Parts: sequence; structure tokens; C-alpha cells
Amino acid sequence: MKKEIRICGFGGQGVILAGFIIGKAASVFMDYNAVQSQSYGPEARGGAARSEIIISDEKIGYPRPTGVDFFVAMSQESFDTYRGDVTDDTVIVVDPDLVKKHDIGKSVYKVQAQKIAEGLGNKIVTNIVMVGAATAIFALLEYDAVKQSVLDSVPSRFKALNEKAFEKGFEAGKNAVKGL
Amino acid sequence: MKYTRDPELIRKVLGKKVQFILGDMACVYGGILAGCSFFGGYPITPASEVAEGMARMLPRVKGTYMQMEDEIGSIAAVIGAAWGGAKSMTATSGPGFSLMMENYGYAVMTETPCVIVNVQRTGPSTGQPTLGAQGDMMQAKWGTHGDFEAIAFAPSTVQECIDFTLEAFNLAEKYRTPVCVMADGEIGHLRERVIIPDEKDLKLIERAPATIDKKKFIPFTNSQTRKSKVPDFPTFGTGYRTYVTGLTHNEKGFPATDKQKDHEKLVKRITSKISDDADKLVMVEEINLDDAEIAFVTYGATARPAESAMEMGRKKGIKIGLLRLKLAWPFPEKVIHKLAKEVDKIIVPEMNLGQIVHPVREYVNGECEVVSAPKIGGEMHLPNELFKYLEGK
Repeated sequence: MKKEIRICGFGGQGVILAGFIIGKAASVFMDYNAVQSQSYGPEARGGAARSEIIISDEKIGYPRPTGVDFFVAMSQESFDTYRGDVTDDTVIVVDPDLVKKHDIGKSVYKVQAQKIAEGLGNKIVTNIVMVGAATAIFALLEYDAVKQSVLDSVPSRFKALNEKAFEKGFEAGKNAVKGL
Repeated sequence: MKYTRDPELIRKVLGKKVQFILGDMACVYGGILAGCSFFGGYPITPASEVAEGMARMLPRVKGTYMQMEDEIGSIAAVIGAAWGGAKSMTATSGPGFSLMMENYGYAVMTETPCVIVNVQRTGPSTGQPTLGAQGDMMQAKWGTHGDFEAIAFAPSTVQECIDFTLEAFNLAEKYRTPVCVMADGEIGHLRERVIIPDEKDLKLIERAPATIDKKKFIPFTNSQTRKSKVPDFPTFGTGYRTYVTGLTHNEKGFPATDKQKDHEKLVKRITSKISDDADKLVMVEEINLDDAEIAFVTYGATARPAESAMEMGRKKGIKIGLLRLKLAWPFPEKVIHKLAKEVDKIIVPEMNLGQIVHPVREYVNGECEVVSAPKIGGEMHLPNELFKYLEGK
């Protein structure tokens, strides 16, 4: 098994942290190998940013993705910039409020991550909502492993908020799967 | 203030045994595990996270982080700290490595143990900040003037950033010489799982201090207490008299610049203290070489697409193997020569226009075909780009 995941959004949304959490869940809290790389430079602060993760049950040689099995977008610009190599087999997840133009003739899972985060009182956990949703939609990693990884990666005073964000996101992800 | 390595405190600061961290951060972990107590640095991408990590962690293990005004100051501070008794290191990238070259040689000539991490990016000059390259491999070997033996590691994984930085300290202390960790932007900015080695599994080499009668102490000669060409170290402030200069010096350390014999004696000792151990210093990984007709000779980040390309080749029945240099300098001359007799072709992929391919050719010495597989511009080779070399392009 080898899966390649791309998470993108605008700089500051926490796409790097989202990728970090997924990579850590796979390789620290589960037995997979994982690598995570990211776009770096001016685009990491505003503009389109991306984080890429490879998860495999074998040794990972070349550490950059050569395709995209899972594509998560949290901004229109990043969706337009980084969807060039998505195929019919790519699982696509977007926040429809942030990626309004997502009709590209492919099925797309829709999760209103930012709206859910706002409902929890803080837009800053949009990325964690998306991690929860992705966990449900990808059906790749164990719920507990990803949740542990979330809790291990956020400041202790925000643990409760992030836990809730993850759970709400997971629920929304399940609903998105039913809805599609 | 004397630093005492505190294993419990180090574990507490580094955190959990299994982590998912950046290659740059792994260099920090390796240094702290080794007992590094001084970091003098100046941030530069893609090495900035090493300075950042050290700034955050080193004070917590009771070490000292010193933000310097530039890279020249950084390596100077590192050398000074070493003479004060510290295990010391700095981290930089290409442009900063160029600035450090003068004092790199000063550390060689004054036999100062220290570690220089170079997270390589493209050049010449400021090149492509943040993007990875392997363009400084020859600079580590020849970048400072005069004759010297370089010691340089090339990590291919984030785990190796821990392991090799730690081992770099060991060799720096053992040979009293600067040791380079030639990482690259690809590995420095990659996150992977690491396992922090247990204290009982660490093999740390400590500096041999001067211990004999102070009146009999000779600072720049073979050890007076062990069978070694590496002199015992007279830490500043311990009462042992010495004089530290980059000029050719006599055994007492005083300038002796006008006699051919003095210079030859000194430089032959400081080069042969390393080259005498060349066979012991071989660190390579061999994969699928038993029946190989073609071999990649590779190192650092490039070893990873090479391994992927090797697997593609094996699936198609091509007898391809891989030799990975964990330690690029001293160069594993005998290993390369032996390999050349066993295979028809050696391919050397590098993120430069061909550097390590030159010593490969030298030690292959006509025994097989040698092909350079260069790629520049801040991107690693794709596995299928290297696979094409297996098909003869």
C-alpha cells in the first residue's frame, strides 16, 4: 500500500500542520512509514500553500509524491493551482464555502470545515476539522491514531477545542460520504 | 561555566522516543545527544530550523546558543567555544559555508574539534534559497586552501540526520578536526519518523584532555598519553600552556614558518592522523550488489530516487544494485575499486553537474564504465529519470 496525499489552502490556514498530523498519525501512532514535505517560501505566508504526505507499508524511497490519491483543498487559489494532476481516481475533498468553483466534472466530497470551526467558536481549527473529515473520507488511518496525533500536536490549552474540531470534522466527513 | 552532559535532562527536553520531525531538527537532536553545549549560528534557509531548534532547546539543557552577526563570526565562536572545552557546532547552507571556509581551515590547522552542518542549497552564490542541492560536496573536501583531510557525512534520511550529527561529534573529538554533515534541502526540510536512541545504546567519544605534568606538556605533537597522532587537548583555563595559530607551528604551537621540514611534519601529521584510519572510516550501504551488473553510487537525498529506480529496474529483470556513501570523505577508495571490478557500469546521480563522480572515476581507474547523472535547479531526480539511465537512456 502506498498513498499520496496533498492538502492545500492559503498560507496561515494550517495546511502544513494538517499534513504533519496525518504523517505523524501514520508513522508514530500506527506502523506505516510516512514522509511529509511542504511548499516553502513566500507562498507559505498567504497565497497558495501545500503540504504533501506519502504513507506506505514499505520503505519510502523517493520522498516526493509522483501522483495524488487524495486531494484536499481549503482555498480557491490553491484548488486551481494544485489540481493539475488529479485523475478520476483521486479522492477530492473541498470546503465548498472556500472553494466555490469546484465543479470540474469529477465527484467532490464537500465539508464545510470553516463553518464548523466557526460554530465551535474559533475559525483557527478549520484545518483540524478538515483532518477529521479526511480521516472519515479516506478510510486510510485509524480514528484513534489521528485523534492522538492531533492532541499530541497542538498546545495543551487548546486540546479540548481541537478534539472537538476533529470529532465534528469526522462526523461531517461521514455525512459527506453518505451524501455523495 | 562548565557544562555537564545530563542524560535525563536531555531526554526530558527532546521528548518522546518516537517522533515525526524535520531533518533540520534531527540535526539538533543529534548534536544535543552528543553533548553539544555551544551553537554559534546565523540563520539561512534551508538550514534555519537547525538554529531555531538549537535556540529553543540548547538553553534548556544548560548549553549556550549564540546568535552571531554572520557565518564568519559563527564558526569563529564555535572554534573559541571548543577551546573553552565545549562540544560545539554551527549550521549553515551554501553561501554561509563559503564564508566559513577560512576558519574551516583554521580549525583544521589548530586541530579544533567542531561540527559544521551544511544543509546544501543551489549555487553559485545565493542561488535558490530553500531548494536542495548537493553542490558543496567538493567544497567540503577542497574549499579551504592548503592540504587537509576532510571528514564529511551525507545523510539520506531524517533518522540519519540524528545519527550522523552525533557521529560527526565523535569523529571531531577523536581526530580533533572539523567534521561536516553535508545534508541537503530535500532531507533538511523533510519530515519522517525518528527513533531517539536510548542512552545505553549511545557510543560517545570524548576529547582526550591533557593530563600529564604541565611542565612536560607539548601541545602539538603525538599524544603524550596514548598511542595516537592526535595530541591531548589543553582546554583553556586548565593551566596547560599553549599557543593557537593558523600559521605553520612547531610542537609548542609557536609560529615556525620558514622551514620546509617543520611544515611537512605538521601537515603530514594532521592529514595522516585521519588517512591512517581510512579503512576504518568506510561507511557505506550496499543493496543488491551480489549479482549486479550496473550499480548506482550515490549519497544524500539522491540515494532515495536512485533506490526507487533500482527497484523499477529489478522488476524488469535488470541486474542493478546500489552503493550508498554515508561518509563521503574520506572517500571509500578501495570499496569503489572493488565494485568497479564486479560491475560493467557505475552510474553516479547527483544534484550538481558532477562532483563525486570525479573521485569515483579516479578509483574505478578504467575498470568499468562510469556515467554521470546530474540534475540541478533545486529538484531531486525523479525515479523514472534515473531509470532511463538503466535502459542506456
